[in-house]
Amino acid sequence: MSQHTISPEITFAPEHASGTKKIWKTFWILSIITIIELGLGLAIYNIHKGEHPNAMLVLFFKGVVCILTIAKAYYIVSIFMHLGDEVRNMIMTIVVPLCLFIWFIIAFLWDGNSWKNMRNTNGGSRPAQTEQVAPAHVEKGAKE
Amino acid sequence: MSTTAIPAGTKWWSGGKSPFNASYGKVMMWYFLMSDAFTFGAFLISYGTIRFSVNHWADPNHVFNAFPFAGHANLPLAFVSLMTFILIFSSVTMVLAVHEGHKMNRKGVEKYMILTIIGGLAFLGCQAWEWTHLITGDHAVLVNGQIEHWGTTVSKNPWGPEVMFNGQEVATPGPIAFGGYFFGITGFHGFHVFSGVIINIVMYIKTKLGHFDERGHYEMIEKAGLYWHFVDLVWVFVFLCFYLI
Repeated sequence: MSQHTISPEITFAPEHASGTKKIWKTFWILSIITIIELGLGLAIYNIHKGEHPNAMLVLFFKGVVCILTIAKAYYIVSIFMHLGDEVRNMIMTIVVPLCLFIWFIIAFLWDGNSWKNMRNTNGGSRPAQTEQVAPAHVEKGAKE
Repeated sequence: MSTTAIPAGTKWWSGGKSPFNASYGKVMMWYFLMSDAFTFGAFLISYGTIRFSVNHWADPNHVFNAFPFAGHANLPLAFVSLMTFILIFSSVTMVLAVHEGHKMNRKGVEKYMILTIIGGLAFLGCQAWEWTHLITGDHAVLVNGQIEHWGTTVSKNPWGPEVMFNGQEVATPGPIAFGGYFFGITGFHGFHVFSGVIINIVMYIKTKLGHFDERGHYEMIEKAGLYWHFVDLVWVFVFLCFYLI
């Protein structure tokens, strides 16, 4: 592999892999994860169609789908975007700020849930209904 | 893909070299993408907040169950999985273009850039179809005691809870935020895809004109590739938030 001087800022020229094996492997990993996600999506759909949807199971499947999505994001960023091959300092300046998302997601979803409780209790002035107003889920078939 | 042989004990911060061992352009592309990730993250989290705050939200399997030329068949998740695979595949062709660029193979870069551009255009076509289908859709909705026919737009959401009316199940208007968030976020993502396609076309032309051979490296392809993979990355999360959960 010939060394190409990309810029004077690069002190240690990276040695690039000659084959494309890793790229195709990542492609298959991403495809398989996507297929599993679709399978879980269809499972959620079928649970909703049933007489008594199991809310805990749906929540569990949704959690699994979220974790699989984060795995996909890892493979895209690390392999396709080559972040895994950068020096550690560089990786950290990208990854550490993204940790803000942990707070961001928890805080705002909590806030949304709090709004819902306020909405259902007139700001806490009446007790929450045990059953929400949304009527039983009815399969609508295709389009009306 | 690439391994860098870096001597142990390298003093990165002693001056005279980039502590990130990367060119200015590439580092700035990363920081731009990080800020863009926060923009998309803020949109998606705001969507999540609103969705958590209402009692009823449209079931994506009912809203997105159509497929071109399939008539009224009920095919939940089918079309969006096609879109997802188009984008994953165009990501692969992009990374292959970067790979050919490392090998200074101009013909290879041209071939894979063309494939990536085609993938991007195919995705945009799919999104155009989906939007058209949603906006021009025709759903019976019970509004103030009367049946009206609504499409899904930023101001109309025909996917609310269902009630009995004249012995029939009929939907009522749902939270108005649904259309705004869906069209806003997929539109913002679609605009990123569109600008990514434009950038890729520019890169293709520059490759064709031999600019990168003159320069001695194909780093521009890498930077365009970073942007393109980011677009794919965002789609992974849009797919999760709007279609799967």
